[in-house]
Amino acid sequence: MLTMTHLVALTPLILVCITAVAVMLGIAWQRHHAGTAIASAAGLNIALLSVLVIWQMGPVETPLLVIDGLALFAAILILISTLVCVTLAHAYLEKYPGPREEFYLLLLCAAAGGIVLAASRHLATLFFGLELLSMPLYGMLAYAFRERHSLEAGIKYLVLSAAATAFLLFGMALLYAQTGRLDLAGLAVALTEDPNAWALAGAGLMLVGLGFKLSIVPFHLWTPDVYEGGPGPAATFLASASKVAVFVVLLRLVLVAPAFQGDWLHGLLAVLAVVTMLVGNLLALAQSNLKRLLGYSSIAHFGYLMVALVIGDGLAVETVGVYLVTYLVTTLGAFGVVTLLSTPYSGEDAAALHHYRGLFWRRPYLTAVLTVSMLSLAGIPFTAGFIGKFYIIALGVEAERWWLVGGIIMGSAIGLFYYLRVMVTLFLVEPGMQRRDAPHDWGVRAGGVVVLGLALLVLLLGVYPSPMIEWVKLMAVAGS
Amino acid sequence: MTLVWLILIPFIGGLLCWQAERWGEMAPRWIALGTMLLELLITLGLWWSGDYQLPAGAMAGAADGAAWAMEWRVPWIPRFGIDVHLALDGLSLVLIALTGFLGALAVLCSWTEIVRRVGFFHLNLLWILGGVVGVFLAIDLFLFFFFWEMMLVPMYFLIALWGHSGSDGKTRIATAAKFFIYTQASGLLMLVAILGLVFIHYTNTGEYSFSYEVLRNTPLSDGVAMWLMLGFFIAFAVKLPVVPLHGWLPDAHAQAPTAGSVDLAGILLKTAAYGMLRFAIPLFPEASQAFAPIAMGLGLVGIFYGAVMACGQHDIKRLIAYTSISHMGFVLIGIYSGSKLALQGVVALMVAHAFSAAALFILSGQIYERLGSRDMRKMGGLWGRMGSLSGFSLCFVMASLGMPGTANFVGEFMVLFGTFGVAPWVVVIASAGLVLAAVYSLILMQRAHYGPSRDEQRFADFDRREYAMMLSLLALVLFFGLYPQPLLDTTASAMSQVQQIFSVADANAATTLLTGAR
Repeated sequence: MLTMTHLVALTPLILVCITAVAVMLGIAWQRHHAGTAIASAAGLNIALLSVLVIWQMGPVETPLLVIDGLALFAAILILISTLVCVTLAHAYLEKYPGPREEFYLLLLCAAAGGIVLAASRHLATLFFGLELLSMPLYGMLAYAFRERHSLEAGIKYLVLSAAATAFLLFGMALLYAQTGRLDLAGLAVALTEDPNAWALAGAGLMLVGLGFKLSIVPFHLWTPDVYEGGPGPAATFLASASKVAVFVVLLRLVLVAPAFQGDWLHGLLAVLAVVTMLVGNLLALAQSNLKRLLGYSSIAHFGYLMVALVIGDGLAVETVGVYLVTYLVTTLGAFGVVTLLSTPYSGEDAAALHHYRGLFWRRPYLTAVLTVSMLSLAGIPFTAGFIGKFYIIALGVEAERWWLVGGIIMGSAIGLFYYLRVMVTLFLVEPGMQRRDAPHDWGVRAGGVVVLGLALLVLLLGVYPSPMIEWVKLMAVAGS
Repeated sequence: MTLVWLILIPFIGGLLCWQAERWGEMAPRWIALGTMLLELLITLGLWWSGDYQLPAGAMAGAADGAAWAMEWRVPWIPRFGIDVHLALDGLSLVLIALTGFLGALAVLCSWTEIVRRVGFFHLNLLWILGGVVGVFLAIDLFLFFFFWEMMLVPMYFLIALWGHSGSDGKTRIATAAKFFIYTQASGLLMLVAILGLVFIHYTNTGEYSFSYEVLRNTPLSDGVAMWLMLGFFIAFAVKLPVVPLHGWLPDAHAQAPTAGSVDLAGILLKTAAYGMLRFAIPLFPEASQAFAPIAMGLGLVGIFYGAVMACGQHDIKRLIAYTSISHMGFVLIGIYSGSKLALQGVVALMVAHAFSAAALFILSGQIYERLGSRDMRKMGGLWGRMGSLSGFSLCFVMASLGMPGTANFVGEFMVLFGTFGVAPWVVVIASAGLVLAAVYSLILMQRAHYGPSRDEQRFADFDRREYAMMLSLLALVLFFGLYPQPLLDTTASAMSQVQQIFSVADANAATTLLTGAR
């Protein structure tokens, strides 16, 4: 029975949905780009505030959703990245020839899907959340559908995503056939009593479905194309909010369901983790397009993150929290710069590396943001990325998983190569080639302010991570 | 608080240089020079006012709790017991003074060499020095690692953006990346070792700590201690460099701008020796003791490999780079000999090598400025055509081969003499390496400065800036060669601590051996 407590606990989600509906009605009534963007941002901000209030409440469970520390943590990350995407989209879409307002509608729906997904404690909400997250993304990725690449990205993501969903559903069906339960707690109990091959197969198939969304090797083939083709703000959302939500639900599954802790699947996860970090980094080496490169880099980063899934106890939840925060801030910064450089929309995004040659001598502060992001992705001290990497290695050392630790070190060493290449490109002397540039007043516009703020946050988290660690620790305690 | 300012001054100075570029390109140079001189003055002031010779009574107690001349500590990441913990003793003081001095030289020697993007160049230069000072002061292992990795980034930019392209078609960017990946990946091994140590401490006591003093007393089984020690050793060995891990050094030196080479040879290599003295040996005394023969063997290999390779080089900077490898072989032998005399010799040798290598790199930079090439095949007969440059070259080449009267002689002699009691054969073989040192030094002089001259063109003589750099370096080399006592006094207590740790480990090993035999 739904009580008042439940409703209060669900406020952030409800607020996001209300904003989505309001934006939709607003579009139907009168198109107004700035107004729509402001309304979306306002709704997201209020939702964010409500999360901070609910943080005090302690876990609340409904039959389908659980609002605990982990869910709220994910909600905060998703709302923040959606806010960044809204700000970036506002500048990006300013000169877009087609309808502009619907982008915010899609963004809000996807954000709601992400929040549901991260809070799900039932396979039905898991599926519902995942689809609500993915469906708007098809539209967002293909938003600039007159561009061949954007359309291709949308279609590619649609087709492969549908295939992955089929795997996921099949897995769920197998689990249901074995246990007769759909809620995670019930599944866990039933599987502990009677683990068998079919249940294991079900769990494996679900892993495939979720692994696709996280672009874990060997389900990563779509990533570079989709990242490259999608418009800046859409790719930003895909790399940040979408991944965070899916990873949180995977973490929940692994923590709850013993089928994922079985030897066989456990070993599989460990192998996948090592392969993912190495393949992601190796494939990134040959890229000459920054968005593709970031795509491969995100594959590698989720390889590192999977170490936490494999180990699953001790510092694991805290590690996931810290790493997700640092990854999110960094990725938003990097994609933010790419989006700003392609702003306002005029055909394909400026993502080829040669667009960035000598950027420092034209736009020193924007370059500083991208440099800081690259250093953070590479895990160099003084940036947030280092704290994340420190946590992952600490976790591996604590659990004495030397193969995983070796994989992380190898991966980081390879990764340095391409991060450094991007960085040095930014500072090289510019030849007289035609190039794209951010608008002159980018620094005082909303998007510019957000990106600068993100870079400062990356540095701040790198130098003084204590508050973040305390906060994540609180989440880990509340979540377990 | 002084210690914090020592670290902050170069960082702030760097930012000022960057912004000062808008007032013309001389402003960043003067600011950078002022910053480094301020740093040097503060350190000399500390040297003058502080007392770094601990009384004999305190030394006995120092074996378990190291005694610092100055200390500064605030909590940083309480979750893992990480503090911002800075401490100064004689060893770090000497090395920071060296950093300040060579930093000023690095600014001076790029006065005319660097003409593009002056502000950003000095930002990078000063940040390297800030990171190095941080390495010399940090006593918390996390903080140490922080600075250790951080100083690579500006060095990378220095090589990649202002470097020269190699003679054999290697690009400076590839070189810079090689340098970065070598050191960063080995650094991660050290991070793993640090974390391993921390978690062992955590299982023993239930508390996280990255503090040097706390972790020093962690009981370790032999096997684990050896692995963890290797993690530290490899990171330091890459930077020193020890021979199988030296691949980045010749390229980096050959393609870095002069200031980069000066920093690299003068200071960055010393951070590795410092790391061994401060961390690798005190944290794992028994394992280091067991590892000492291998380390000394690697040192021998380095001496010969460096010297032989130096003989075959055409690029003058590559030649000097290989001689660095050879000299660092002596340092490695001295560190792992564990005798007090040799350890003091290591400090003297480090300081002396910093001066002589820096001088030789600056000289080759000046030759490059005048001749437009560093290839010795295009030189010959420079004596008399370059004013006093050749004369100074002769002086520093003599210093580098360890001529008595120069500081290098004091260092090498003390290392060899001190090691003789511990490992006579190592000393015998290493002494043979000195002959090779004479060979490559003569090759350098003969091919570049004597011999038939290619043409009669005369080049500009030194200006006042160049004279000042060379004379001050020469004065220091001679001063410490004739009167090394101030240096030895300052570092005596720090070195005797290391020596005590070593001898305690030795005694322990002997006892275990005896009990085992019974």
